Amino acid sequence: MRAARPKAAIAVIAVAALAVAGCAESERDNEGSGQSAKDTLVFGTAGDPKVLDPSLASDGESLRVARQIFETLVRPEEGGTKVTPGLAESWTPDATGAVWTFKLRSGVKFHDGTDFNAEAVCVNFNRWYNSTGLMQSADVTAYWQDVMGGFAKNENPELPPSLFKSCTVKDSTTVDLAFAQASSKVPAALMLPSFSIHSPKALQEFDASNITGTADDIKYPSYAMEHPTGTGPFKFKAWNVADKTLTIERNEDYWGTKAKLKTLVFRTISDENARKQALRSGDIQGYDLVGPPDVEPLKSEGFNVLTRPAFNILYLAINQKGNPKLADPKVRQAIAYALNRKALVDSKLPPGAEVATQFLPSTVEGWNDQVTKYDYSVEKAKQLLAEAGASNLTLRFHYPTEVTRPYMPNPKDIYELLSADLKAAGITVEGIPLKWTPDYLNATTSGNKHDLHLLGWTGDYGDAYNFIGTFFARQKDEWGFNNPALFEKFAKADGTADAATRTALYKELNADIMNFVPGVPISHSPPAIVLGKDVTGVKASPLTDERFATAEFKS
Amino acid sequence: MTLAPGRGKKVKLDRLAELSAVRDDERGVSLWREAMRRLRRNPAAIVGAVILVLFVLVAVVGPFFVPYGTTDTMGIREGVVKSGQGIIPGPSADHWLGYDHQGRDEFSRLVVGARQTLIVGIVSTLIGLTIGVFLGGLAGAAAGLGGRWGRALDNVLMRIVDMMLSLPSLLLAVSVAALLGPSIVTVMIAVGVVSVPIFARLLRGSMIAQANRDYVLAASSLGVRGSKIAISHILPNSLAPVIVQATLTLATAIIEVAALSFLGLGNPDSAVPEWGLMLADAQPYLGIRPGLAIYPAVGIIITALGFTLLGEAMREALDPKLRR
Amino acid sequence: MFRFIVRRLLQLVPTLFGLSILLFIWLHRLPGGPETALLGERGTPESRAAIRESLGLDEPLPFQYGRFVKRLIQLDLGTSISTKREVTTEFLQRFPGTVELTIMAMVIAIGVGIPLGYLAARRRGSLLDQASVGGSLLGTCVPIFFLAYVLKAIFAENLGWFPTIGRQDASIEATHITNFFVLDGILTREWDAAADAIWHLILPGIALASIPLAIIVRITRASVLEVLGEDFVRTAEAKGLTERTVRRRHVLRNAMLPVATSIGLLTGLLLSGAVLTETVFAFSGIGAFIRDAISNLDYPVLMGFIMIIAVIFALVNLLVDVSYSLIDPRVRVR
Repeated sequence: MRAARPKAAIAVIAVAALAVAGCAESERDNEGSGQSAKDTLVFGTAGDPKVLDPSLASDGESLRVARQIFETLVRPEEGGTKVTPGLAESWTPDATGAVWTFKLRSGVKFHDGTDFNAEAVCVNFNRWYNSTGLMQSADVTAYWQDVMGGFAKNENPELPPSLFKSCTVKDSTTVDLAFAQASSKVPAALMLPSFSIHSPKALQEFDASNITGTADDIKYPSYAMEHPTGTGPFKFKAWNVADKTLTIERNEDYWGTKAKLKTLVFRTISDENARKQALRSGDIQGYDLVGPPDVEPLKSEGFNVLTRPAFNILYLAINQKGNPKLADPKVRQAIAYALNRKALVDSKLPPGAEVATQFLPSTVEGWNDQVTKYDYSVEKAKQLLAEAGASNLTLRFHYPTEVTRPYMPNPKDIYELLSADLKAAGITVEGIPLKWTPDYLNATTSGNKHDLHLLGWTGDYGDAYNFIGTFFARQKDEWGFNNPALFEKFAKADGTADAATRTALYKELNADIMNFVPGVPISHSPPAIVLGKDVTGVKASPLTDERFATAEFKS
Repeated sequence: MTLAPGRGKKVKLDRLAELSAVRDDERGVSLWREAMRRLRRNPAAIVGAVILVLFVLVAVVGPFFVPYGTTDTMGIREGVVKSGQGIIPGPSADHWLGYDHQGRDEFSRLVVGARQTLIVGIVSTLIGLTIGVFLGGLAGAAAGLGGRWGRALDNVLMRIVDMMLSLPSLLLAVSVAALLGPSIVTVMIAVGVVSVPIFARLLRGSMIAQANRDYVLAASSLGVRGSKIAISHILPNSLAPVIVQATLTLATAIIEVAALSFLGLGNPDSAVPEWGLMLADAQPYLGIRPGLAIYPAVGIIITALGFTLLGEAMREALDPKLRR
Repeated sequence: MFRFIVRRLLQLVPTLFGLSILLFIWLHRLPGGPETALLGERGTPESRAAIRESLGLDEPLPFQYGRFVKRLIQLDLGTSISTKREVTTEFLQRFPGTVELTIMAMVIAIGVGIPLGYLAARRRGSLLDQASVGGSLLGTCVPIFFLAYVLKAIFAENLGWFPTIGRQDASIEATHITNFFVLDGILTREWDAAADAIWHLILPGIALASIPLAIIVRITRASVLEVLGEDFVRTAEAKGLTERTVRRRHVLRNAMLPVATSIGLLTGLLLSGAVLTETVFAFSGIGAFIRDAISNLDYPVLMGFIMIIAVIFALVNLLVDVSYSLIDPRVRVR
């Protein structure tokens, strides 16, 4: 008697719960068809955003959110890399090319109701320029330092002087930005989300530049975590860290065409398979970084798979300060000849991927058709190694684990194929797998305890310097070489105002680089983003700058 | 059963031991014989044994007869495997289970993987068994035969065992693995450590139970040293449950190794095939070729099942209570 | 009873003490040393110095251990390297999810396991019996993450009956008070949120329940068999009591004992299984977070969570022992 009752009670409760769940589920379906389903889009991401103030962010997920909330003076054309108007309607350089006058849009308001104007622009630029303390850390203002170099007062003597010099308000819709010299980066680099314009009132109210903690334990102010305030088509609503969801909602007072969606939720699902299954079952209506094997199957099921034009590069880096033999150009050429890049690209990368002949995608001005190509030849590789007296070489080969990059969808597979190629040419490979953060990046881009490793880059804006300059314009531990002639040519190219001359210089640089073989460029891979069957209006962007403002559900 | 002839104290002791041992042995001999008889009639035991024999055969002998090498990425060289485009050819006449995502022959890898899986399972079980039996045997002998100091030692040792039990097995394995870096040895040690408490408790319990038996009391009152009693008489009688547990532990060890590989704690380099790693590596390709995950998974399930069936059958066979 | 509880709690102390020593040693043996473990690789000289200071790394080991224990008692478990929030905060936020999942799994395991085990024993040798025994053996042999994947692929992805990931549909605006999503939905009368949360618990619950279910079936069956053969049952039957009365009064209650005992063991299995299940279903409980901590080498989280889980585990075992002695009066004084 006693034993049976609790059992029966459990059974009754269980059945009741399921019944309620079932009923509620079907109820939701009925009422949901008018409401939440059609104007809320849940997008699956591979990782959590770190911080919502793009001035302080360099990771793709933080920037993805920021791109919906904030706007920049200039922006890339949708789906491309060309510079087009953003918050600025037009811009002209002066005779020296060092001062640019921007004419701003009028009638634009920030999410907190304050006006966007020239003063706001100067407040923002000055905020970055006058960074102090932790805000000058390379981890915090990564993009500012990449583009501008340094600050008004460099606290670290190794930082170069700032490219940006001053901001002058001409009138409420005209502002002058003055730089130290003409540069390839202006105005193209200003399309980076890190140069988004924030509401000065909010910046002040929420203490946006008060970054505390230590360099490796950065504590962001509440502006950056809870109150990002921009001008964009969406505004920030809520961020549930434990549940890994970040919600933004339509900005009803947007200056341009209002967003079609009412709510946009970014949900982190780190497992790729889980993302795919969530899409198939309708839990999410889109996700980024579709695994290459899934592109065709998802397409055939009716999902909108958007392939971004390949604007990235995957390379095998060679550290000339690692194994001493690597300083010999013949050894490096041998490595280039030994790799069967075509087989790798054909088998491992999605359709549309191509073998890279240089460290620059073919769509960027400065790409050179005539560089030395190293077509697959095991005999040539062996011969060169013999000539260099390196027939019994053993090299360390670092590769990352637990990560997917747009240019490197499956690092382990790629490592295995390349290492098999090297073995076939007589090089013994010692594979060293490391987790992406923190170990891998540290081990391969600093110090000299590495020989070969896989890494890559997705372009930020449409200038060749953003690729080859980032890699080879100065001495770096990742490559371990000092080539003053090369560095000088880079400096010259960067300072050349005339676009045509610059392009010619870039072409020369690419040829030089491929003769020098500091590493082996492997592939350009088109990363894909997928959206639900009924989702339209989003265009794939090579810069990962997809605009959800135009997304909508078509029935 | 004839007794040793003669007189003298030593012989008397041995005769006494033999006498009591006879009583045990008689039951012991018939316990083993009875167990074997029951096993032979038990269909589950037979199935388990058959599976095991097959598995061991495949693992030991198989690698010599596989059609291709396990690192030869022929599918990619030949251009037939394009995992980036969703093409991985399945079973065919030349490749009985098709290619894997790196263009290697899946059948060869599966067979060679059996060997690695067997090794990993055995080694980790042996680690657990050795340490566990040592700890538990020591504790049990100390508790049963050592008097006050013995009981104290037993207490300390059992606290240590309790600490290991105070964590869910996976967390324990993960902590061990975190110390050692990702490699297959790490995984073996981690899984081995997890099974130490089980063996320790088992043997300790057995030793203590035995320590109160008549023949032991008799022997010790005659002055036979505790350690001799422990080693020559008690230990052999405790063997049976240990063997049963080892068999069962082998089954869980194989599964736990797969789980640790899935979590990324084993050596990610897939040059040497191992079922757990093959299962983990197959995840991105579940959509286009689920077989790559199903084959090693089925291998793991069947092998674990074989060990479990045999182990459970042995446990039932050796359990005097279930005489029906 | 009171003395029994106190005695058991006291027995807990040396175990936890020993565990803290082990964790301390573990922390110091981690690759890179404790500063790297606690700060990650990117530690600047200043922060490393700060950590050395606060951990007292230049002091003799016993003093370091003292500080370690003091921090533990103050529940200062450090900061997560990956999320930069307190370890205790992370735990408290995610623990309710795992609790809900565990409860669902236990409901399934007990609700299905006990009746099945009972019936299998009652109809010994029948098809049901053999299927149950076979099924339960199989249940312990299938890796949980594989089962989870299969369940997800068939029932969520292909048939679409269940959601594939998470604890709740992201488009439902649910208010969360306690972070027990089901409870929150009930408390705030947002019935659709509560129902949605339950729906999200079912598939992971089934996957997680697989091993406990197998074990419960086997234990119940074995103990029912044993009880059925006992004298008192035969006596009762001889007395003329109907089978149903015999069953209800005596057999079941006695058969429940081993199940109650094994709840302690099962909790451990459930927590291990939760790490794998939550990973596959992207369910934001402590299991998935532990998996992330492994990936990110987030040692403060691993260490903190291990300590908390050990304490919880010990308390659960204590609870089980106490309730066991309540059920079976013979066990009271030990």
